[in-house]
Amino acid sequence: MPADQTMSAPAAPLTGQFKAGLSAPICLTWELTYACNLQCVHCLSASGRRDPRELSTQECMRMVDELERMQVFYVNIGGGEPTLRPDFWDLLDYSVAHHVGVKFSTNGVRLDKQAARRLAGTDYVDVQISIDGATADVNDGVRGIGSFAMARRAMDNLAEAGFGEFKISMVVTRHNVSQLDKFKRIADAYGARLRVTRLRPSGRAADTWDDLHPTAAQQHLLYDWLSARPDVLTGDSFFHLSALGAPLPGLNLCGAGRVVCLIDPVGDVYACPFVLHEEFKAGNVREPGGFTRLWRESELLLRLREPAAAGACASCGQFDACQGGCMAAKFFTGLPLDGPDPECVFGHGERELAKVCLPERPQSGPGHSRRSAPVFVPLGRIAVRAAS
Amino acid sequence: MAIDLNRAYQLNPAAALRPEPFGALVYHFGNRRLSFLKTRELVTVVRLLASHDSAAGALDAAGVPAGQWPRYAAALAALADSEVIDAR
Repeated sequence: MPADQTMSAPAAPLTGQFKAGLSAPICLTWELTYACNLQCVHCLSASGRRDPRELSTQECMRMVDELERMQVFYVNIGGGEPTLRPDFWDLLDYSVAHHVGVKFSTNGVRLDKQAARRLAGTDYVDVQISIDGATADVNDGVRGIGSFAMARRAMDNLAEAGFGEFKISMVVTRHNVSQLDKFKRIADAYGARLRVTRLRPSGRAADTWDDLHPTAAQQHLLYDWLSARPDVLTGDSFFHLSALGAPLPGLNLCGAGRVVCLIDPVGDVYACPFVLHEEFKAGNVREPGGFTRLWRESELLLRLREPAAAGACASCGQFDACQGGCMAAKFFTGLPLDGPDPECVFGHGERELAKVCLPERPQSGPGHSRRSAPVFVPLGRIAVRAAS
Repeated sequence: MAIDLNRAYQLNPAAALRPEPFGALVYHFGNRRLSFLKTRELVTVVRLLASHDSAAGALDAAGVPAGQWPRYAAALAALADSEVIDAR
C-alpha cells in the first residue's frame, strides 16, 4: 500500500491504531464472480463455476452506494475472472462515478484492443494482470495451457492503447522464484509495476501448497531481492520475512478484519481474501445493516481487532518483527493461530508442521472448481517420467 | 517543499478526508496515494485552511500553541508534497 505517514503532534504508533480497527476497510477485496475461464491449481477462491446466488447487477450497485457512504476510496475487484460478468464494464463505470476507485485483477481474457482503449480513457481504474511464470512453460504449468500468451496479449493491448502504468501480479512459487529478474524485465519493458505476492495454502492451493511454496533457502533469496527493490509492490504479504532483518516496506501486520476484508460473489464477508472458510465468515451483505454493520459490529471482526497473543512465539525475540506471520497460512496448514507461521524463517513452523497429520488440516472443500479438477504435475516430475 | 505560513492553502479538490478514531485518512483520487493525519488537531487545521487567508490563520483558529507551529508546518509541508493540500 503506498502510504505516507504524516507526523504531527505525538500520537500512538499508527500500526497500534490499525490493530484496533478503522471506521471502514482500507484494503477491501470484492470478488464479483466464481466463474473463471482458467483453473489455476493455486486459486485462493477455488473458482471455476458461477454461483447462482451471486449478487445481481442491482445488488452490486447498492453495494457501491454503501461503499461510497463508508468512504471506501477504492476496491480491489477480483474473482474468479471478474470480466466474465456481462455487467462488469457497467459496474466499473458505476463505481468510478460514485467515487469508489477500482483496481481489478484479470487473467486478460477479455482485454482485447477495444477494452484496452476503453480502460485507457477511464480515470481511477487500475488494472492488474496475473502471470505466475515469466515464461509460458512455468506459467502454464500452474495457470493452464495458453494462459501466458493470453496475458501477454492483454499487456500488449494495454500498452498499445496508452493505458500507462498497469500492474503485473505474480505469486511466488518454488518454480518461478528463480525468474524474479525476468518478471521485472517484462514489467519494465511495458512501463508496468511488478507486484509480487505470497502463496497461501487456501482454496485449491490447500492441496498444492506443499509442492509449490518456496523453500527456506528461496525465502532468504526472496527477502534479499525484495529488500533491494522497494519499487516492487508486495501487497504487504511478506511480513513473515521481516524477522530476517529490516522490515520490508508496508504496515507489516496481519490486516485481517482490521484494515483488510473480503466480500465474495454471493455477498459473504470474510476477514481476508485468504480465509474463505466458515470459521472466518462475518456474515452476508444481504443481512439487515449490510456490510457497514458487519464491519463495525461483527463478533468475528471485533475479536480479530483485539491484541493477538504471541503464544508459542512469545519466547522468540523476533515476534515484534513478524507478528507470528499469516493467520490464513497457519489455519489451512493445521497450525495453531497463536504459533509460528508455516514458513517461519527460523524453521519453527516447519517443525510444527511435521507434527500435523494431513487429515487434521481444515478442509477447503471443492469450492466452485469445475468437476474436471486440474491436476498439478511439478515440472521436475514430468522430466523424470519422460526419462524413465 | 517548504510551507509558507503566510500563504493560503486548501484541501486539494481531488482529495477526500475520512474521519478515524486517531485522526483521518486522506485519499487522493488523482495520484491514488493514501495519507494519514495522525492527530485530530491536524485534521482540524487541514479543514480550516480553506476558510482562512493564510495557513497561520488556520493554525491560530485551531488553537495550536505557537510553540508547536514548526511541527505543524512540517506536517503541512509533507501534505503539500503528496498533493493533499495545495496553495490557492
